[in-house]
Amino acid sequence: MATQPLTESEARALAERVLDLSQADEARVNLRSSRETNTRFANNQITTSGDVSDATLTVRSVFGRRTGTATTNRFDDASLRRAVETSERLARLSPEDPEYMGQLGPQAYPAAAEPWFESTAALSDEQRAAAARLITETARSRGLVATGFIPTRAASEAVATSAGLFAYTRRTSVALTTTVRTPDGRGSGWAGTNVFNWQDLDVRALAGRAADKAESSRGARPVEPGRWTVILEPTAVGSFVGFLMGALSARSADEGRSAFARPGGTRLGERLLDERVTIYSDPADPALSAEPFNSEGLPNRRMVWFERGALRSLQYDRYWAERQGVGPTGFADAYAMSGGAASVEEMIASTERGLLVTRFWYMRSVDQRSILYTGLTRDGTFLVERGRVVGPVQNLRWNESPLNVLANIEMLGVPQPVLRSEAGETGAAALMPALKVRGFRFTSVSDAV
Amino acid sequence: MDRRDFLLTSAALGAGLTVGCTPDTGRREGRGLPTADPAIRDLMMHALDAARAAGAHYADVRVSVNRSQSVSTREERVQQVSDSETMGLGVRALADGAWGFAATADLTRDAVAEAARQAARQARANRAGLLAPVELAPAPAVPDGRWRAAARIDPFTIPIEEKVALLLDANRAALAVTHVRFVTSAMSFLRLDKSFASTEGTFTHQVLFRSNPRLTATAVASDGSDFQSRESTIVQPKGLGWEHVLDADLVGNAPGWAEDAARKLSARPVDPGVYDLVLLPSHLWLTIHESIAHPTELDRIMGYEANYAGTSFIWPLEEYLGRFRYGPEIMNIQAERSSPGSLSAAGWDDEGVAPSEYHIVRDGVLWDLQTTRELVRYMRPWYEQSGQPIASHGQSYAASWSEVQFHRMPNINLLPHPDRDVSLDELVGGVERGIMIEGDGSFSIDQQRYNAQFGGQVFHEIRDGRVVGMLKDVAYQMRTPDFWNSMDLIGGPSTYFMGGAFNDGKGQPSQLNAVSHSCVPARFRNVNVINTGRS
Repeated sequence: MATQPLTESEARALAERVLDLSQADEARVNLRSSRETNTRFANNQITTSGDVSDATLTVRSVFGRRTGTATTNRFDDASLRRAVETSERLARLSPEDPEYMGQLGPQAYPAAAEPWFESTAALSDEQRAAAARLITETARSRGLVATGFIPTRAASEAVATSAGLFAYTRRTSVALTTTVRTPDGRGSGWAGTNVFNWQDLDVRALAGRAADKAESSRGARPVEPGRWTVILEPTAVGSFVGFLMGALSARSADEGRSAFARPGGTRLGERLLDERVTIYSDPADPALSAEPFNSEGLPNRRMVWFERGALRSLQYDRYWAERQGVGPTGFADAYAMSGGAASVEEMIASTERGLLVTRFWYMRSVDQRSILYTGLTRDGTFLVERGRVVGPVQNLRWNESPLNVLANIEMLGVPQPVLRSEAGETGAAALMPALKVRGFRFTSVSDAV
Repeated sequence: MDRRDFLLTSAALGAGLTVGCTPDTGRREGRGLPTADPAIRDLMMHALDAARAAGAHYADVRVSVNRSQSVSTREERVQQVSDSETMGLGVRALADGAWGFAATADLTRDAVAEAARQAARQARANRAGLLAPVELAPAPAVPDGRWRAAARIDPFTIPIEEKVALLLDANRAALAVTHVRFVTSAMSFLRLDKSFASTEGTFTHQVLFRSNPRLTATAVASDGSDFQSRESTIVQPKGLGWEHVLDADLVGNAPGWAEDAARKLSARPVDPGVYDLVLLPSHLWLTIHESIAHPTELDRIMGYEANYAGTSFIWPLEEYLGRFRYGPEIMNIQAERSSPGSLSAAGWDDEGVAPSEYHIVRDGVLWDLQTTRELVRYMRPWYEQSGQPIASHGQSYAASWSEVQFHRMPNINLLPHPDRDVSLDELVGGVERGIMIEGDGSFSIDQQRYNAQFGGQVFHEIRDGRVVGMLKDVAYQMRTPDFWNSMDLIGGPSTYFMGGAFNDGKGQPSQLNAVSHSCVPARFRNVNVINTGRS
């Protein structure tokens, strides 16, 4: 097997081999390949690391409107033939799919620079270990305990169809998260980010930030749950925008089972959020570097989902778009929210009484009708009084909806890249501002540090 | 195509498979499984040799073939039929007390030797700044271990038409109910064929099965003002084969689930407040998972997972082991990996240790924790004090060849009432104002496992010892130690039920574990209930 990820010419050759084997009316090949490395640390030392190479090929075979898929990670002739035959057999045995839309022919994709950086792809075990050590030594020198995770990913994706489509993209990404705790377990601070280029990662700054938060969060006191003015750091804002983005299915709205449904129609065009909120995807924006196509090979394009607070578009796949007489929207994996000019310090200075939130944890949907979620604050929650941070508070559980949070905005910060994965994994980009929001609903206090 | 052709193809998908016939079912299935193949075993030994030659003091190697299949439908339509098989080798090397791990899908001698050297190189890079070198507790070598899950019928031998027809029949049955406009159903299957070998002379080969049939019905109010769903939570994922799908009877049960969804439209929104709760096993297994199984993971307690999964309220150990009252005396929490049909069942864990069956909570008091060979050293003071050996309970697990093994929970069970066969009627009969909750719903808990919020599928209002109707928009909030100590009565042996999770995430990179939690219904006094509805 070649070194992962597959290059464009390797992917094209492999896809052609599979399409040549196909006996079906139509076929599609999806190739995903990656080399992923990681280093973990806990209790101020490295605990594990990893280096994993893999590639999978999925073939979808179609007879009329009957489809089946098979996946393999073995690319010898016999394994490829077995995968093709299995998908064809499954397709023949499946009932007709009335919603089948046919395979796409060649498409035009947005011109955008590939987010590929050798500094990330070639990052060595020693470099990751040195970064981990920089954080653990920072913590140790201050009498603190560091835990963290540094994953890298160099990956490519390709789609090819029997109708002549071929698309290929590749990217690198690296994330770094660290949770620094006080040895008595009474304080905990977090910092983390996700970037394409290792050289954009300021390890020392992240270590310092998490350590500062750990020290200043020691000895938290409880505050009463209820409605609070909150200052949400960009990572916390990203969570709420993510809930909103997950609820944009046009079909669910048209079928009456979505927060964006109303009796007899959808809420398209209604102003649902603060008028300073615009949320968009744009594969041509290098700061986002969204994937240029989806698994069908359909181009992702610039989409404005919310514009000055109004719902501008829902997400249409090819079938639903045709049925509703609109164009398919694609759904770029990266997105951004507009911001303002306020710094977190200015938000604090303008606040009579409120809470400053670093990030959220264990967020789960409670009610799809209102996009209600629950979750908790974690690793740095502070009380703000009369324009300054006066001390740490115990973590709180909330039950809230982005439809409230993004409608009740008082101030917006400058958008910046945030980590979207709760698990600290690398992933698609998101640009999010810090926000000051009124009336955020906390429902109970947690003892957890 | 006839049935026989399908079976042959299906079974022959794995490299090197031959077709045989299992005597107990009479059904054909893949045999002479690839990871038990002598050539694969040679390859594993070659990787171990390469790791040793590169400076590893200990190494282990795993090869697995992960075969999965899923069929999903909505209403009258099949959404997806897919089949996947992936295979590879992962090697873990320990050098001077530091770990390294590398994995490759390339099963040539050169590639696996390079992966082994790579693991050893990582271990050397990771030694810098080591404060406490890894030490593995002794474990007896298993020269040739073989284990196979209790599955009776290999789900991969069942024709796809049969699977599709069953799901579409179930959908039709649900859609026949008034107000039910949408239904999704699916079944997914996994066969995990894996071998393990270590430099200590252990070799094991195991075959695991998992099956997960399910259905969700959604009802929409005539005026479009509300929609409500009901999931088939009485059907739980199991470490079984096709027989589990037959037992689940999706077609027969679908109308009842659909009626629940429709009834939820007109159910009364709950008034927030303090209620007694009767939690049925189809719900309670998840509360056990979150508030007992996770906080008793030793890696979490010792800070290894602080950056993601979190730590635990159980810390420091000496203040909790043998002292902490988790709940009343009738509360016994068991850990095991042996229950037939359970998701965690295995002959050996992923470092070659035969799992033990033991009590984590005994008569209401915290007595033991979950352990691996690396972690059990933290238990030394307590084990010496309580006269137990310093040995792993067998909780090492990796989801696949491409992921490093680490501490994952075994099946964690709430055992039945120790003295008598308490019935559900008796539990309900003792409630003046309360709610009986069926099925798991929304769930969330903090990173030390204190503060949790749980929803459910169906909420039955209890008044004066009787179920009087249905409520909706119910979730309860709790603090773990208070909650379990508010439990005053639990069901007896005849009410014991196995629930479970197919996709329990933990670790960085995040890995999925499948685990069962058997339990009985239980009654909790004075729990805080909130209304999650729109109002």
